[in-house]
Amino acid sequence: MRRFKDTGHLFRFAFLFVAAFAVFLVIRHFVVPKSFGEYGHYRGAAIAEIAAKPIHYAGHQTCETCHSDILDAKKTGKHVNVNCEACHGPLAKHADDPSITPPKLDTAVLCIRCHAASAAKPKTFPQIDAEQHAGGVSCETCHKPHNPALAAGDGK
Amino acid sequence: MNLNRRHFLIMLPAAAIAWKHVLAGTPAESPNYKMTDHWWAMLIDIPKCIGCGNCVRACAEENDVPEGHFRTWVERYHVTDYDMVHPEVISPDGGKEGFPVVAQEDAGKYFFVPKMCNHCADSPCTQVCPVGATFATPDGVVLVDQTYCLGCAYCVQACPYGCRYIHPEKRVADKCTLCYHRITKGLKTACVESCPTGARQLCDLKDPNDPIHAFLKTHHVQVLKPQMATGAKVFYNELDGSVR
Repeated sequence: MRRFKDTGHLFRFAFLFVAAFAVFLVIRHFVVPKSFGEYGHYRGAAIAEIAAKPIHYAGHQTCETCHSDILDAKKTGKHVNVNCEACHGPLAKHADDPSITPPKLDTAVLCIRCHAASAAKPKTFPQIDAEQHAGGVSCETCHKPHNPALAAGDGK
Repeated sequence: MNLNRRHFLIMLPAAAIAWKHVLAGTPAESPNYKMTDHWWAMLIDIPKCIGCGNCVRACAEENDVPEGHFRTWVERYHVTDYDMVHPEVISPDGGKEGFPVVAQEDAGKYFFVPKMCNHCADSPCTQVCPVGATFATPDGVVLVDQTYCLGCAYCVQACPYGCRYIHPEKRVADKCTLCYHRITKGLKTACVESCPTGARQLCDLKDPNDPIHAFLKTHHVQVLKPQMATGAKVFYNELDGSVR
């Protein structure tokens, strides 16, 4: 006597199961990106894609390769550690192609942005009340932005 | 989203093209950059911050951050002597155009707290992503794969620091990348580059010569919400206890 009767339906079911699993593997092979799981449960290629985005701020080292005169002017002044693009804005395009001229800056806006007096600012930071301090006279009349001390007005 | 069959069929080719882009190969990586050699962090020196908003503007320009959303922003705290636990916190337009002037005779203490993604080592946001679209890189930066993100906003809710948002046009999660496209090229992040007082410092904890090691040993440095054990890597020097 056969131990199991009518086993055919079990084999048919097993075949269907294996076939479905094979279809799943095939679909998975095509659908999951190649680099998924390279470093973890994510698409490894995404890291390089994000790293490849273009930059807008050139970085002060790039500026200094051409504008070494400005670097010298800044050296002895209070603004020595203020990077170029903190005031001049993003200039990677200008660094790539010097024929693109950077926009003109307005000291009336820029100086006040940092140096407007406010009790909320750290006490050690130099602050002025623009009206009282200059009475409408432009900042650069007395202070040169790259070396703002009064005695240091060498035109830069 | 309500889709009828006609619209579904119309969208199929577009979806196929988008998917092809996802499957596409790796673009050229930055030469000489080895992910395993770095473990990025940020130091924020509270006593140096003057609330000028340079970092917020620089971040927006560098990363095309949509108007009204912020990858980094600055908060101004006002703590009065009679109520230390309920500081008044303002951040007008993320501090992008600075802060209103405070007259000298105002009572209490004021300070600025720049905020950004903490690039947590054990981040809640990466753990909740259902599709693996956000992750921490081997060099310790939390990124979003925007071609893979579904825009479910689960991570936006999971971030205890409120550092994520859904991009209004792309409809996917967006956040600070620690300027990954800059730091892998040897540059500083846009916020660090534009900070006039050095209140922000990019740090590489795997670099033994990085001044951060000496700084952490000799200063009172905290991270935000340490009780949540997120492994936050944005260090705050002299952070006031009232900061949440």
